[in-house]
Amino acid sequence: MTGEQILRRLRDRFGSAIVETHEFREDTTAVVDRGSLVDALRFCRDEPALDCDMLTDLTAADYLKYPGREDGPRFEVVYQLFSLVHNHRVRLKVRVDEDDAVVPTAVGLWPIANWLEREVWDMFGVRFEGHPDLRRLLMYEEFVGHPLRKDYPINRRQPLIGPKA
Amino acid sequence: MSTPPPTTREFMLGEGSGTGSGQTLQVGVGPAHPAMHGIIRIITEIDGEFIRKADVEIGYLHRAFEKDCEVGGYNNAIPYTDRLNYVSPLINNFAYASAVEKLLGIEVTERCKFIRTAMAEISRICDHLTCVGASAMELGAFTVFLYMIKAREFLWELVEDVTGARLTISYGRVGGVKADLPDGFAAKVSAAFKETRGVLDEVHRLLTGNRIFLDRMVGVGALSREETIGYAITGPLLRAVGVAYDVRRAHPHWAYDRVEFEIPTQKDGDNYARYLVRMAEMEQSMRIAEQALAMMPGGPVNVDFEGRPIDPAAYVDQGKQGKTEGLLLLPIRLSPNLQGQSREALQQVNAADKRVVLPPKETAYGSIEGLMNHFMLIMEGYGIRPPKGEAYFASEGANGELGFYVISDGSDRPYRVRCRPPCLPPVAALPRMIEGEQIADLIPTFGSVNMIGGELDR
Repeated sequence: MTGEQILRRLRDRFGSAIVETHEFREDTTAVVDRGSLVDALRFCRDEPALDCDMLTDLTAADYLKYPGREDGPRFEVVYQLFSLVHNHRVRLKVRVDEDDAVVPTAVGLWPIANWLEREVWDMFGVRFEGHPDLRRLLMYEEFVGHPLRKDYPINRRQPLIGPKA
Repeated sequence: MSTPPPTTREFMLGEGSGTGSGQTLQVGVGPAHPAMHGIIRIITEIDGEFIRKADVEIGYLHRAFEKDCEVGGYNNAIPYTDRLNYVSPLINNFAYASAVEKLLGIEVTERCKFIRTAMAEISRICDHLTCVGASAMELGAFTVFLYMIKAREFLWELVEDVTGARLTISYGRVGGVKADLPDGFAAKVSAAFKETRGVLDEVHRLLTGNRIFLDRMVGVGALSREETIGYAITGPLLRAVGVAYDVRRAHPHWAYDRVEFEIPTQKDGDNYARYLVRMAEMEQSMRIAEQALAMMPGGPVNVDFEGRPIDPAAYVDQGKQGKTEGLLLLPIRLSPNLQGQSREALQQVNAADKRVVLPPKETAYGSIEGLMNHFMLIMEGYGIRPPKGEAYFASEGANGELGFYVISDGSDRPYRVRCRPPCLPPVAALPRMIEGEQIADLIPTFGSVNMIGGELDR
């Protein structure tokens, strides 16, 4: 399916829950309302015409300092989906505010979401509701803050925590 | 009637601690363990010899790759990408550069595409050699390790010839590559491949039918097709369950659509299938590299912002007085460190876009326009400026799909760089592979996953 067809399918199915769509450099992107996120992901996975069986990547971006978007929702959680059968890709995004940085989990759809969501929580502080084990993935437990946030200074030092004596 | 004396095991671990008693023992493997190929911790709960539960702890090698990328220009991230998968750094270089090129909307030159293809395949062979060799060594086949490292040495010499370094090569550039291939490279490659083929043949005879090796590998660490896809595992592990997905074929980039190769697959999804896939892939990689070198076109290597081949001599001085023209024609002896940076070589491998690619050194040193061009790319606040937007570019790394997701805010620094590490999914699935198996099976399974700490932890 071409990107345009994928987007049309998504718009037909979810209507106004698809907040925004765009195609840039042959990448197809749809921004989904948070309430419909899991349904949209499930639709992409189960609908035979889409059949995105692989969650290639799940990450986030902090738009705090992005020109023109300083006041909008701060975080975008990005789902890169891929279909082995049809060989097409689609990117779903969901926007969340800083004071309500919670996204429903996709662990029930793809097991890999477990680790990827842990990484997003670790790096951006976006919570995943319903995640079975939302621990930090890369940083250590005692680490304070979320390093990939734009207001986390790159040169901040934190004490290294050794093994408990 | 007296009770039998406790076994040593019971004496050490308490009464009833034999297999099947339900009493489990927690054993941590790593983080610093010779078989952990880096630093990773696997916390296992064992019952006798069997692993009941496992948890994997990563992040020991985290060094803020994605954060570091955000504070420098686009080309500043190239050295960091060397350190992602440090066994095949060339693939990371090229994949990152291609992601930025996709964002810019430029196409690199034909010659550059073939160079990238050939060098990426040489790196892939190095990676597979290391993986298979190290796993075989952990099963006691030290000979195989030495043979494979010997073969890798031949290939690393090729890499050294081209890039000037063995590991931290920093050879890719946005819009091209650092320098052209050295003279007589194809002949050196065919000599090195001859050695490598000899080694692979020997290893096949040593391992593929070896009873000890088969006992440790066949049926061990298997993962079903559904789970492999659910865990988004790509690369040799996906092909070992019979899915012929290869980014090189599915989304052809560089010159992969113009070379012939097969995608080896296996059905069983166990460690042995992964071993066979990797062994077959090395032969395919050599085929690709040989074809790419044989088809290597002449012409420019770097291109400009609009995708035109760069001819620095042409833009320098057009409409000017022509006083610098004589300077430009003067032969300049470059320092040996800049070999391959001369105008002719650089034009062959770089996109002709002076907004992306540094001018050749003769031009930078020999004309004011060239110097300005150089400064505009290097100075803070200038540099490469892709339009606002985002792009995801996937390439086939040695471990699977290596993706770079780059967001630009229109400035000279990437707003966000996300690396999709190909070995994170299999490590996330590692507990599923080892649970229920013996603790000794952890070693070959972990070896077959080919965890690379640099890209796993970033």
